[in-house]
Amino acid sequence: MRRLSVGTATCGMAAGAGKVLERLQHLRAAEGLPLEVVETGCIGLCYSEPLVEVLEEGHHVLYGAMTPDLAERLARGQDDPELAARKIVEDGGPDRDGVLTHQRRIALRRCGHIDPGSLSDYLATGGYEALRRVLGGMSPKQVADSVTASGLRGRGGGGFPTGRKWGLAAASQGRHKYVICNADEGDPGAFMDRSLLEGDPFSILEGMAICGYAIGADAGIIYCRAEYPKALVRLRDAIGQAMAAGWLGDGILGSGFSFHVKIKEGAGAFVCGEETALMASIEGQRGMPRFRPPYPAVKGLWGLPTNINNVETLANVPWIIVEGPEAFAGMGTEDSKGTKVFALAGRIRRGGLVEVPMGMTLRQLIFEVGGGVPPGRTFKAVQLGGPSGGCIPARMADLPIDYKNISATGAIMGSGGMVVMDDTTCMVDVARYFLSFTQAESCGKCTFCRVGTKRMLEILERIVAGHGEEADIPRLESLARQVNASSLCGLGQTAPNPVLTTLRYFREEYEAHIREKCCPAHSCSALVRYSILADRCTGCGLCRKACPVSAIAGEAKAPHVIDEAVCIRCGKCVATCNFDAIRKD
Amino acid sequence: MPATSSERFARSLWTSHGGSGELIPLLQAAQDSYGYVPEEAMESISGITGIPVSEIYGVVTFYKQFRLTPVGRHIIKICNGTACHVNGSSMLESTIEDVLRIHRGETDGERLFTLESVNCIGCCSLAPVIMVDDETYGSLTPRKLTTLLKRLQREARAAVAGEVTHA
Repeated sequence: MRRLSVGTATCGMAAGAGKVLERLQHLRAAEGLPLEVVETGCIGLCYSEPLVEVLEEGHHVLYGAMTPDLAERLARGQDDPELAARKIVEDGGPDRDGVLTHQRRIALRRCGHIDPGSLSDYLATGGYEALRRVLGGMSPKQVADSVTASGLRGRGGGGFPTGRKWGLAAASQGRHKYVICNADEGDPGAFMDRSLLEGDPFSILEGMAICGYAIGADAGIIYCRAEYPKALVRLRDAIGQAMAAGWLGDGILGSGFSFHVKIKEGAGAFVCGEETALMASIEGQRGMPRFRPPYPAVKGLWGLPTNINNVETLANVPWIIVEGPEAFAGMGTEDSKGTKVFALAGRIRRGGLVEVPMGMTLRQLIFEVGGGVPPGRTFKAVQLGGPSGGCIPARMADLPIDYKNISATGAIMGSGGMVVMDDTTCMVDVARYFLSFTQAESCGKCTFCRVGTKRMLEILERIVAGHGEEADIPRLESLARQVNASSLCGLGQTAPNPVLTTLRYFREEYEAHIREKCCPAHSCSALVRYSILADRCTGCGLCRKACPVSAIAGEAKAPHVIDEAVCIRCGKCVATCNFDAIRKD
Repeated sequence: MPATSSERFARSLWTSHGGSGELIPLLQAAQDSYGYVPEEAMESISGITGIPVSEIYGVVTFYKQFRLTPVGRHIIKICNGTACHVNGSSMLESTIEDVLRIHRGETDGERLFTLESVNCIGCCSLAPVIMVDDETYGSLTPRKLTTLLKRLQREARAAVAGEVTHA
């Protein structure tokens, strides 16, 4: 029987996978086509969603950019040039675009291949083998030591050695202990955890159970963003199935080890990604960070020893147990072992989720894996680490990716959001964007984070509006130092990073805004002028219809003109024009 | 307000153990039921948990998810993540403002749509994206979005008209 798997993670659904799935199910139900139709998670090739994988007699073919009609042809076993052109990869060979070829998938090993709603799919792909081994003869200390030997570091952004964290929690005494999975993926531009939760939820539960055994905890909590409805559904379903099959609950596999997992939905506060704020939120309070020490390993949730790991960190754990810590430590660099998942987005041709060995250069990742920036554009910078991170300029793109190298640039590894920027992106605006984010998300506890970020934002807003002054740059630098030095948690300490890195590498853009009142990227609306190129304009009238203030006039089939006095510089005409006839200066 | 929605909230109050850790889930249940957190809901939660209403109000206003005013039939969330930002999300926002005549945080006169912004939906490779209720729409341009909004508006108006005739 032909098995068709449709990628129905959030990104696939946004691209239209729902209609593809519906058509296939209809063909099976109404016409009785001999098909097995299953849903799968995200394989990471978001640029060519919706994706359908056909499995027939052990032969796998993955097709991209599917429509219901094309999928129907696949279901009917047809093969034609149009379908052949959409073939991305066949039987695990090299893929059409070279996106998968450069990757090494450990955390994402099952994403996009299995049905995330099926425990039997999970078991058939080596699932729960690690927990079986752990409970079948490893001591808690051996488990923590294995993780330490692998060199795994926290993938949520902190980069703290995971095995050492487990050792600290194991050494703490308490009536109960907790394992918390931090799934409050808040960095704008990052979706690694969402894909893992949607595509391989059981591996997170298995990782949590192994951690529970290692530190002596019997309860686990997954703190997941409410903005990820699909991930929440998948997790609830997975917990139910794992409980029913005895992979969670009392006396797992007949051992003396019991472990229960609950889900807590976040309520939309970025600061709750910080571990002490996260625990406050679970306890029902405002999510405000507190001073450390005591660290959560000693005094965490409800005052009891708690170990908090990020989703991706936990997804690596079962692999390390099964394949051995040496296999994991054999990849990467001296400083950073294993692989890292990145969410490649922004001005990039083949955006998606990729997992590569540490030590790959930024250029390889952006150009060989991601296909570079859109045609005709120039790669300018890459932003790593979200609002806490920074922009690394194109000239430093040959840097091998590891914790140490990235920190040296002023950015941070962060959780893996990688937003690529080209010559149309204004770096001052990027800094303003991140500051507006951290300013809004500051919990308000520390004065410099609350007020300092606000003042920095005001300065940046002034600069992009064309009202910047010469003294604004030193003002920004001084405020940045103060906000960094006098904030309690990571949010405030790192909030100035986007400003500091753009000032360090793109100072001339700030100066152009301030001195010449011009935006070199032609992006800041207050500093841009639009005009229509008469030789390119066909007079189709689309821009005239798109203009919200009727600033464009012209006869049909004759070149149009923009009235500058009326134009509000929204840019809708540029987005509408099919002939590249509108110029930005 | 339909009776069923308050029943749902009442049930979650009934099954609550009253621990402070249940405050946020209870508020979420209230918002699920009513579309926002009414003052009476905060009072009932206070009664069950023993947490003063003032403190509950502090929690409600701290988290972005909670609303204190009723919303439209559909909630449009415009993604303001980094990838969406560099791919022109501000243009989408102004398109929504033009077509539906609502700004961020507002509900239109017919109570059909409420516009909110969200930090990141996690569909960065399809940027710019918006979410309408639980449905995500990606790779939008002002033109595609205008068509989508007009269709949703037509459908929502038809749904309202249908309910009126049934009543």
